[in-house]
Amino acid sequence: MSSSMDVGSRSQRLLPPRPVPEDLDAHLAGFGPRPQIGSMAMIDALDDSGLRGRGGADFPTGVKWRAVMDHTKRDGDAVVIANAAECEPASFKDRFLLTYRPHLVLDGLEHAAEAVGARRVVIYTTRSHSDVVAALRAAIRERRRRDDSDRFIDVQVGPNRYVAGEETALVARVSGHLAKPKVVPPRPFQNGVDHLPTLVQNVETLAHAALIARFGAPWFRSVGTKRSPGTALLTVSGAVRTPGVLEAACDTTVGAIVDRAGGVEGEPAAVLLGGYFGRWVAADRIWNQTIDADALRSVRAHLGTGVLVIAPDTTCGIGETDRVLTFLASQTAGQCGPCHVGLPAIAEMFHQVATGRARPAALDLLVRWSHDVRGRGACRHPDGATLFLASAMEVFAADLRHHLRHGSCRFSGQRSLLPVPATEAGWW
Amino acid sequence: MVVRVRLRVDPIKCKAHGMCAELFPERIRMDDWGYPVIDQRALSDDVLEHAHRAIADCPRAALWVEPVDEPGARVRPDDTD
Repeated sequence: MSSSMDVGSRSQRLLPPRPVPEDLDAHLAGFGPRPQIGSMAMIDALDDSGLRGRGGADFPTGVKWRAVMDHTKRDGDAVVIANAAECEPASFKDRFLLTYRPHLVLDGLEHAAEAVGARRVVIYTTRSHSDVVAALRAAIRERRRRDDSDRFIDVQVGPNRYVAGEETALVARVSGHLAKPKVVPPRPFQNGVDHLPTLVQNVETLAHAALIARFGAPWFRSVGTKRSPGTALLTVSGAVRTPGVLEAACDTTVGAIVDRAGGVEGEPAAVLLGGYFGRWVAADRIWNQTIDADALRSVRAHLGTGVLVIAPDTTCGIGETDRVLTFLASQTAGQCGPCHVGLPAIAEMFHQVATGRARPAALDLLVRWSHDVRGRGACRHPDGATLFLASAMEVFAADLRHHLRHGSCRFSGQRSLLPVPATEAGWW
Repeated sequence: MVVRVRLRVDPIKCKAHGMCAELFPERIRMDDWGYPVIDQRALSDDVLEHAHRAIADCPRAALWVEPVDEPGARVRPDDTD
């Protein structure tokens, strides 16, 4: 195993030293050719590395690859999909990685295809990420000119809908159906694209796998914690001087991450962690916590897709939550009653509270409805939306009472913090 | 060894006809929109007959029983969440 990666920053592994997109020559000059490694050795290395999925689910990567390999009856019959849908509005890290280091992701994708026995290999992204589609197609052309791989990496484009990046939705789309989630089990490893065992893996996870294949599990574990080893890509926005994507070891504190994003502007009040299926946490409770899973669980949060939004004390947390909740309710696939009937009812009730048109009993109803819809969709969309809401009601409790009475607070009408994309009606 | 089973609903198939909550009130209640909320505990023998009646009469064929330890199965998150 080479140790060339020890040169430079210990916590900058996935991102290039300078923000310049790496073509295949630059990639090969930096990393050398992709090593040949057998299925078992590759999956054992993933197990030893402790790598977990970076698309939000934090599921052990080795376990996932092994499940697909075990279900593959004949070599070549599995399908691998790299998930670059990145439907989380506050996240940019996957697109950033694909723009600057596309070949590291493609290396990981080829390792995955070899390990599980897949001939069909797809990168799935979203219609609105058109520059990523172009960058990927160019990178794939570059590789085809160089090697004689019999694998064709296909780029597929799905709708820009929040739940369309969920793995069963993306499997449906790649199989030629609408990008809507399905009831599990069966999970994709049991019954995926065209009923074949299918591995769906976030692109950042694949890039980590490519580095583990080169430098080994002990190297991967040399930063981070036992439970959350390695580094993570983070999208940091809100009240920081230089918002953007950065990479940090998983034992870095939120405060240190904010410092690396240029430091905080003003006084921080709360941090949204994980994305819109994540949670608000009061700034003073989270500032000195590290971003590993154990530390975040102690404040009932998770890293999700690596989103950190710093809300200054001039944020109308209730207004922000109102907008995001309305967005999430609009993003239901319209399949499961508790989600497509429940979430709009919850969002509307919260909007009534936020605008001072509800009775105090509305708060109890919101809690009961939120609890009722949890775990009752085919996917976790209702769970994510209502846990986000619950955290907002807790963290912004004082503001919530003020809104209930007066329909606003002193920060209503401030520039909005959380991005809410326009919904593409009817396009799946 | 007796296989412990629990009742599940396919939320995509379910269209809130409400038959199940009528036929199996011991374990199924309706939410405010008429969709079933199913108790996830294992079914004891004394309620199994009612469970089977609810399954048989669901107009959408959206109910089934599955082993409690079915791999990959999703259950409702903890109430503590």
